[in-house]
Amino acid sequence: MIEETLIPKVGVITDVRKDTPDVKTFRVVGTDGKKLFQHMPGQCAMVSVPGVGECMFSITSSPTNEEYMEFSIKKCGCVTEVIHSLEVGAQITVRGPYGKNFPVEGEFKGKDLLFIAGGIGLAPLRSVINYVRHYRQNYGKVVIVYGARSKDDLVDINEIQTEWMNEENIEVYLTIDRPQEGWDGHVGFVPAYVKELGLDPNMTAVLCGPPIMIKFTLAGLLELGFQKSNVFTTLELRMKCGVGKCGRCNVGDKFVCKDGPVFRMTELDELPDEY
Amino acid sequence: MLKIAKENLNALYAKINETMGLFIPIKKAGEVNYHVWGEGKEVSIETLKTVKSPKNMFFPQTENMMKFKTDGKNLEIIDVRESFNERRSFVLFGVKACDYKAIEVLDKVFLADPVDSFYQDRRQRTTVVTLACSKPEESCFCGVFGIDATAPQGDVTTWLDNEYLYWQANTEKGENLTTLVKELMENGGETEVAAQQEATKAVLAKLPFAALDLSRFKPENLNDLFNDPAWEEMSEACLGCGTCTFVCPTCQCFDIRDFKTNEGVVRYRCWDSCMYSDFTLMAHGNSRTTQMQRFRQRFMHKLVYYPSQNDGLYSCVGCGRCVNKCPQRLNIVKVIKTLGGKNDD
Amino acid sequence: MKEVELKMLERAKALLERGEVARVIGWKKGDFCFDPTPASFESVDELKDFTYDWFCGANLSKYLIQMSKKDGKTAVFLKPCDTYSFNQLVKEHRIAREKVYVIAVECLGKLNIEAIKEKTDGIVESVSVVDKDVKVVTTSGEFTLYKPEVVLSKCAVCNKTHQVKDEEIIIHERPERDVNRFEEVEKLEAMTAEERFAFWKAQLSKCIRCNACRNVCPACSCIKCVFDNPQSGIAAKANDSDFEEQLFHIIRAFHVSGRCTDCGECSRVCPQNIPLHLLNRKFIKDIDNLYGEYQAGETSDGKTPLTSYSENDAEPTDVVNGEAK
Repeated sequence: MIEETLIPKVGVITDVRKDTPDVKTFRVVGTDGKKLFQHMPGQCAMVSVPGVGECMFSITSSPTNEEYMEFSIKKCGCVTEVIHSLEVGAQITVRGPYGKNFPVEGEFKGKDLLFIAGGIGLAPLRSVINYVRHYRQNYGKVVIVYGARSKDDLVDINEIQTEWMNEENIEVYLTIDRPQEGWDGHVGFVPAYVKELGLDPNMTAVLCGPPIMIKFTLAGLLELGFQKSNVFTTLELRMKCGVGKCGRCNVGDKFVCKDGPVFRMTELDELPDEY
Repeated sequence: MLKIAKENLNALYAKINETMGLFIPIKKAGEVNYHVWGEGKEVSIETLKTVKSPKNMFFPQTENMMKFKTDGKNLEIIDVRESFNERRSFVLFGVKACDYKAIEVLDKVFLADPVDSFYQDRRQRTTVVTLACSKPEESCFCGVFGIDATAPQGDVTTWLDNEYLYWQANTEKGENLTTLVKELMENGGETEVAAQQEATKAVLAKLPFAALDLSRFKPENLNDLFNDPAWEEMSEACLGCGTCTFVCPTCQCFDIRDFKTNEGVVRYRCWDSCMYSDFTLMAHGNSRTTQMQRFRQRFMHKLVYYPSQNDGLYSCVGCGRCVNKCPQRLNIVKVIKTLGGKNDD
Repeated sequence: MKEVELKMLERAKALLERGEVARVIGWKKGDFCFDPTPASFESVDELKDFTYDWFCGANLSKYLIQMSKKDGKTAVFLKPCDTYSFNQLVKEHRIAREKVYVIAVECLGKLNIEAIKEKTDGIVESVSVVDKDVKVVTTSGEFTLYKPEVVLSKCAVCNKTHQVKDEEIIIHERPERDVNRFEEVEKLEAMTAEERFAFWKAQLSKCIRCNACRNVCPACSCIKCVFDNPQSGIAAKANDSDFEEQLFHIIRAFHVSGRCTDCGECSRVCPQNIPLHLLNRKFIKDIDNLYGEYQAGETSDGKTPLTSYSENDAEPTDVVNGEAK
């Protein structure tokens, strides 16, 4: 029987980590205990709970992880609510990988990289950050700016604090929206923080977060002298097939599932404003 | 060229039906649509426009894709495509030139990598017999898209007049079908077909929509067209129903949904419409919140987005079904006339 | 009809010029003589495309739900049957009455182009009506058709008169007609259960679930339809089986019963020509039989049989074949 991309594989949840009050990270392997499929940073997968529905999520683990895949999922609708109720051992379905990845093997090579994330926006960036860390010699300086509403809303803060922040050649800047007891770091919105930091405009930047954050952060970067062609982001629209056929994630002459989710800002400028 | 007398067509259908399934325009409860042929059915191949296009032969309105069985924590996916092997080949008979062109439009979506095996399976099993038009009507505008209604492609092309159906095989599949039914046919028909084609072409040239101007619908005008203020007025009367989408031979958007049965969960796909308010609805927002945006999406997709992705091929074939069927009489022709005429170049 | 059209145009111009209304809802010309489209006109200039002809079958009342939310007053042309839908929508608080200026217009029955095309040959060039004769000129010649055979199904047995008070009327009242709108329903009732089931199965299996019947229906004015709501558990875009097709239409008919004015838009818009109005008309007939004659939309206030209770109401258990025992 020939391959059919719409028919998924069964995945088993082997670990559930509660990152924030509404974000959990699920570790998934195949029924044989092995990783379900290979992917590249930025690519996505369709995850479903049969009888409930299927949704597209970015694969948050790095391709360099040979054992399993991880999905950081925010509870915000019918499907994610059911996924959040699942425990270790539960079986779900997974298919993919879908979409274009970040050019980690292309133009990112040899460049200084700036990652800016807000809230759950860290999920797709974690994959690329860990990929870059794994092949550290291929890339220049790495700067990470990550913000969330509160300290409790920073996704996977443990990995950030124990691994990323202790690594040479990686600068991590964390911020939260409002002052909070037990937080002695920076307080303020991401766009303002980015401007304060006075970052080197020759870096290649990757932005991911809520649309409003992207909008103002991009404006800040341009003020600092960044080139739009050196800024990447990801889009998220309703998807059903993941392969450019069901018509749902169509923006202009692009399908987010197939031609995205990774877009260069200059590419987005050419698309009609409907995402 | 071969021919068969009109009164013997039933014998032709019966002959095909001996070895293959036959889908053909049949009148049921007053309306003509493609149905499985059987003795006594009211065949109506001369009907110019079936309500639904033949696209549902390859891309059915609903189709079960897989089943899930749960046993404790164990989840099993049952590939229902196994039953494909038991299905027989079939003949799709009486397809008009516009609808045949529409299959090419659909092929570019469903057969593009990764191939949709559900669609491909039906496509491979089908021999398409087309029928040239001899009585085009005012809502027809296939010529605008370079389609010749008097010489449709397909595995076999046929022409019908008051006495005979004329038959010309074009492909290997078509030759195989011809071998099967040749005993019912005799040679001849070239002169009659040529005469009919000439007469029909004269009618086609004078159709009211024969000279629609598509020149502005180019990828480089994408944003200009998208931002045109005329969309607001054009979409004002739109009910947000899916009639245009579902009667359209090229609309291919679908939804994938699950339903629970006593024997487990079935995942199926069904036609969907970008005209529907929930088409782009996500848990945290909707990228198209107004009917104007949804209306614009449908026509921009047909006239600009799809051609931009497919070497300039429009995903409208001028069948005119939306012209006839929109409850409020909105349609792609009105869009083409409103926007196409405003050529700023 | 031309005379009426001119009067309407005159009124529309005056209302817009004097700034009495912000917009006028009517019909604008299409590409042919038979495809006018509902439209809103905001200036005298836009009125150049205004038309009112034998093909203006669309009921404009439902557009007022959105239009009456806009700034300023909206003038609307309503045919006699449309005024019932309007009253019903006002009654259900879906239209802000004070923001609408109603002009009732003559109708005399609108034509069905599909029926005309079926009875003629060639490409339709013009259609004119003199009394009961419909003269159709096509590229193949001239045809004279009998009007009752080529009107919309909703017009065939219409005996409605305009019901909107207080505002103006451009109308020659049509004389009372001797029509029985329940005739088709009675035919269905006379069938055996098996015959009736076969009839509806054949008709409803044509359904393509385009939702045109629902979206056009003035009684279907829910902000979110239960069939579109993923949380309802019954959201569906497709029919899983023949049975589900019937379920959708029967549930819809139940939802609008007691509120359906019999405007017939459901049947006009159905791309597969399913006589959906017969389901609604059956309920209307049953309501008449069980609770006394009632016409939804005759007024924009007052009680309705299905939402009010009296001790004499028929007991559900006593109802057999639509009649109280």
